[in-house]
Amino acid sequence: MYVAVKGGERAIDNAHDWLAEERRGDPEVAELSLAQIREQMALAIHRVMAEGSLYDPDLAALAIKQSRGDLIEAIFLIRAYRTTLPRIGYSDPVETGSMICDRRISATFKDAPGGQVLGPTFDYTHRLLDFKLMADGEAPVADSAEPQTENIPRITDFLNRDGLIQTETPSDATPPDMTREPMEYPANRALRLQALTRGDEGFVLGMAYSTQRGYGRNHPFVGELRIGKVQVEMEIPELGFAIKIGEVTLTECETVNQFTGSKTEPPQFTRGYGLVFGQSERKAISMALVDRALRWKELGEDNMGAPAQDEEFVLSHSDNIQATGFLEHIKLPHYVDFQSELELIRKLRAEAMAATQKEAAE
Amino acid sequence: MSDYNFAYLDEQTKRMIRRAILKGVAIPGYQVPFASREMPMPYGWGTGGVQVTAACLTPDDTLKVIDQGADDTTNAVSIRKFFENTAQVDVTECTQEASVIQTRHRIPEEPLTEDQILVYQVPIPEPLRFLEPRETETRKMHALEEYGLMHVKLYEDIARHGHIATSYAYPVKVEDRYVMDPSPIPKFDNPRLESAAIQLFGAGREQRIYAVPPYTKVVSLDFEDHPFEQMKAEQDCDLCGAGHTYLDEVIVNDQGGRMFVCSDTNYCATRCDAGHRGRLSPEEDAA
Repeated sequence: MYVAVKGGERAIDNAHDWLAEERRGDPEVAELSLAQIREQMALAIHRVMAEGSLYDPDLAALAIKQSRGDLIEAIFLIRAYRTTLPRIGYSDPVETGSMICDRRISATFKDAPGGQVLGPTFDYTHRLLDFKLMADGEAPVADSAEPQTENIPRITDFLNRDGLIQTETPSDATPPDMTREPMEYPANRALRLQALTRGDEGFVLGMAYSTQRGYGRNHPFVGELRIGKVQVEMEIPELGFAIKIGEVTLTECETVNQFTGSKTEPPQFTRGYGLVFGQSERKAISMALVDRALRWKELGEDNMGAPAQDEEFVLSHSDNIQATGFLEHIKLPHYVDFQSELELIRKLRAEAMAATQKEAAE
Repeated sequence: MSDYNFAYLDEQTKRMIRRAILKGVAIPGYQVPFASREMPMPYGWGTGGVQVTAACLTPDDTLKVIDQGADDTTNAVSIRKFFENTAQVDVTECTQEASVIQTRHRIPEEPLTEDQILVYQVPIPEPLRFLEPRETETRKMHALEEYGLMHVKLYEDIARHGHIATSYAYPVKVEDRYVMDPSPIPKFDNPRLESAAIQLFGAGREQRIYAVPPYTKVVSLDFEDHPFEQMKAEQDCDLCGAGHTYLDEVIVNDQGGRMFVCSDTNYCATRCDAGHRGRLSPEEDAA
């Protein structure tokens, strides 16, 4: 006898209880503290803050703990929390020129004013599992030096001085806010960069990689990559001037791209730009490559039909919260539509069979 | 949940959504862009409908939530619970008692009234999307009322299969102007898109709201020689005996046995209570 699928509510409650138990894992093993996650899973925190569009390491740690380490789930938690926050105002644009850099490299010059600073990078580590970490590790201490406090000049400024690189026109226009206005195409560059910086790291990486392999190739060099803290300042109307309200760690990447010139522009280098919360250089470089690929129209380049040149394609599919939600919604019941399809297929098949039988009989 | 505003969204956001709804009502079938918010449930799981419902709800409302026509499917339960927690409104399974009904994939069998709002969850609001993936193009096509591509698609279906091979999310033309996706309801439900109730459609991920005001003309696209036809399983409901409702096919054993029951669970239960009997109804109680 047919029993309607009742008891959805109890099933949901039970599933949540089980999930909570699984999240904790073996209770014999010490529980992770938020501070542990924040301090020792810092790059996961950075990714969650970048794609969650909310700079708060403690909340990111909470989200990672709650999501059992599923970073997209953690990003989702942060996004859902973020939308409930009142918008008090907007900060002044951050000045990455005065960043206190932990890392600053250029691939286009052997050396440059400000120097090459490797910083805490995986780059030249040999990827050998360090079994010593399995034991209770001690806290390693590295040599330290005074941080550079003076502004480190930008590599692209050197090129700009000689007119070798395309000049960016400064603008005081208020950038659109994709979290407050519906997305509109064509999008201007500010909006594209906003979408890319919160876009899925894997997606943006894949898009960037595709340009390197020839789908909209634009010959990038990492002109400069810098990681460090910048101050966030906000204009307080009652005071009449800007005050520092905090600081954030950012990764900034400027690529220098080859360009042979077009009908309107002489041969010169062009730029791609990436700026991401936290230490996320894979993402920042990817973002710069995709940014550059999306600029084909403004630079008078040909549209090669490459996916990374297609603004609507890239921006509509870069958000992992949108993507994962829609992808996973096909788990929901669809039996009403499926029933419709069943009826249609049966009808079409019956007619097709009848036609074949008739032919056979003739 | 007391930290959150009534019905979760803050008042400014609700106002923004209400403006989009009003614009939608003023231009039936037109997709109004709105700044959809991230909700605490995933995109694709009804965030558009939830935002529209949140913007419509008042403390006096009675809410009904259905998915596939049923009140007890997991996502319907989840959304109903969300509003019970965040808005403390009365909820019901009874179609007539509800002032706001949020639905996924069905229109209730019971005709709705002028006092009711039906809110649809919409995955892809653009009826032309699978013919033209670009938003910049489809908006132009709507603006120019350029719907030839859709008719060509329907015609090709007929040429290939003898029928229009769309069984759900069957496109309609609203008030002789906009071609609209009625959301993935079975085409059986299409005639009931002409209703006394306000019908609001919310697509969260795609950031669109649209509407069909009461008594608006809604015509399912077809051809003179291939008129639109409703489609359902030929059987009657095995529980309430109804021959006029949309039926779900349920596999009951591994020998291919199956039964057919109303997808609108509340409608079916009401009929059973009124004494209607189907092929597999339990025997009457001896008492």
